[in-house]
Amino acid sequence: MIQVVCIKQVADTETRVKVAADGKSLDPQGVTWILNPYDEFAVEQALRVKEQLGAGEVIAISLGGAGVPTTLRSVLAMGADRAIHLKVDGPAPDSLQVARALAAEIGPLGPGLVWLGKQAVDDDAAQVGPMLAELLHLPCVTVVAAFELSGDQAKVEREIEGGREVALVTLPAVLTADKGLNEPRYASLKGIMAAKKKTIDEKPAALGEPNLEVVSLALPPSRSAGRIVGKGIEAVPELVRLLREEAKVI
Amino acid sequence: MSVLVFIEQREGRVRPVSREALGEATRLAASLGGPVVGVCAAPADPGLAALGAAGADKVLLAADPRYQWYDAEATTAAVVAAIESLKPDVVLFAASAMGKDLSPRVAARIGAGLASDCTALTVQGGSLAASRPVFAGKALQTVRFPRKPAMASLRPKVFATVTREGANAPVERLAVALDAAPSRARVTSVIAASGGKTDLTESEIIVSGGRGLKGPEHFDLVENLAAALGATVGASRAVVDAGWRPHADQVGQTGKTVSPKLYVAVGISGAIQHLAGMSSSRCIVAINKDPDAPIFKVADYGLVGDLFEVVPALTEAVQKLNAHV
Repeated sequence: MIQVVCIKQVADTETRVKVAADGKSLDPQGVTWILNPYDEFAVEQALRVKEQLGAGEVIAISLGGAGVPTTLRSVLAMGADRAIHLKVDGPAPDSLQVARALAAEIGPLGPGLVWLGKQAVDDDAAQVGPMLAELLHLPCVTVVAAFELSGDQAKVEREIEGGREVALVTLPAVLTADKGLNEPRYASLKGIMAAKKKTIDEKPAALGEPNLEVVSLALPPSRSAGRIVGKGIEAVPELVRLLREEAKVI
Repeated sequence: MSVLVFIEQREGRVRPVSREALGEATRLAASLGGPVVGVCAAPADPGLAALGAAGADKVLLAADPRYQWYDAEATTAAVVAAIESLKPDVVLFAASAMGKDLSPRVAARIGAGLASDCTALTVQGGSLAASRPVFAGKALQTVRFPRKPAMASLRPKVFATVTREGANAPVERLAVALDAAPSRARVTSVIAASGGKTDLTESEIIVSGGRGLKGPEHFDLVENLAAALGATVGASRAVVDAGWRPHADQVGQTGKTVSPKLYVAVGISGAIQHLAGMSSSRCIVAINKDPDAPIFKVADYGLVGDLFEVVPALTEAVQKLNAHV
C-alpha cells in the first residue's frame, strides 16, 4: 500500500511573532523552522502501518518555499521512502489552493492512506485535510487520537466536546492526526545517513486562483500588566474579594 | 442576500455554539439585509422552531436516519443543498469538532474561501471581513473573500447570543439526495468523557495545573479548586508531555486555545506557547512561587506563594462563598 504524508514547515512554537513589512505575513528574520508538531504523529502512524503490513511505500509531500527540503529530509530520516516538494514562491497560498495542488499530485499516486497533522500551528486553519479528502472523493476522519487497521478498514477515535467518537473508515481514506495518537520516533543516525540518499522530487505547485485575501496580520493588543495581589495564604481573602467584586467572575 | 448558519445537533439537542453563530448571523444580516436561515441535519426535528428566539428567521431540516451520528459526507450534502437553493452571501459554522470537520469539506465542494476559528466578523462596503487568531493567538489575521459565499467558522464562547422572546422559526424540509451506499466513514458510537466533563473550549472557568504541582498525584488540588468554582481542569504542555494528564486537557499552541471568563493558572510558569493559548481569557489569575514567572505578566491578579498552601485555602474560601449564596 502506498501511503502519503502531507507535511508543513512552520515557525517553532517558541517563536515571538513579528509582522513583516508587508503588514500581512510573519517576518521570517530569526525564525527557527520546524516540522509542524502534529505532522510528526502523522508520519509516525504511516511508518507504523508500513511496519504492520511489512510492505509498502511512505511518500512525504510538502508545499512551500526553498527551505522545505530540510524538513522533508528530517521526515526521510524518520523512515519515509521518498519525498515530493511542491515549490511555491511569493505569498502563502490559502488552504483550498494548497489542497488543490496536493490533490493534483496525490490523486495519481493512488494511496490507501493519506495522513496530515490535524492543523498547522502557524495559520491554525485545520482545513487542508478535509478539503483534500473532498477533492480526492475520499472519506476523511479528522483529529484522530487512536487508529487500528485491519484489512481495508480502520477503527479510529477522535476527540469531540465531552467525549470521543469511535468511527469505522473504509480505505482509501484521509486521516488527520492529533497529539496522543502515538509517540513519534527520533531519527536514528542510520536513518539520517540513509535519508541523504533518498530522493526529493521538486516540482512547481499548481495553485490556481486564491480563495481568500489576507488584508492584515497584526499583533493582539497586549494585556495591561496586572497586579500582584499579595504573598501566601494571607492574600487569599483579597483575591477572592477582587474576583467577586472587581472582576465579577465568581 | 441571506446568512446561512449550520445548526449542530447531537443526540437530539441543538448545541449552544449554534446559538452563538445565529446571534452573530443576526448582526451580519442587519448590515447585509436579508434573512438568517439555519440548516440542520438530524434523524428527527430537535426542536428547531425554538431557534426563532435565537435569531433564525427560518430553519431547513434535512431529516434522515443517517444523521443519527455525525456523518461528514451526508452532512456536506445537506449543507451544499441548502447553499444551492438559498445562494447565501455568508455561511457560518461553529468552530467545534463537527464544524471544523465539516466546513472545509463544504468549502472545497463549492469552491469557496473559508476563514477558520474567527473571533470577529465585520461588514465593510457590503462584504465580509473575518479576523482570526493565528500562531495560537500570538497574532491576528484579517481576511476578505474574493467570491461569494464567504464562509467562516466561529470560535466558541466569543460571539454573543441574541434573544427574541417568544419568536418561532418556520421549519421547512430540505430534500437531500444521499448515496444509497453507507458512508465510507461512519461513527459507530460515542464514548462520553468521565464525569461528563465540559470541553475546555466551551468552559466558562478553567483551572490549569503545571509542573509546580510536582507530580500527577497532586492534581487533586487543582481538581478540588475546579469543583468549587464549577470549572474545567486544564494543564500545561509540560505535564501532558510527562504523562500526568491526557492531551485533551492541554492548553497552548499544541493544545487548545481557550477564552473563558476566568482562567486560573496554578504552578504554571508561562512559556510563550502556553500564553498563546490562554491570553484571550477575560480574567487571568496566576498562582506561582516565583515572582519573576512570565505568567504574572499576563495575569490580572497574581498571587506569589506556595501553591500547596494557597490552593487549598482558596478552595476553602470559594466553598464558603458558595455556601453563603
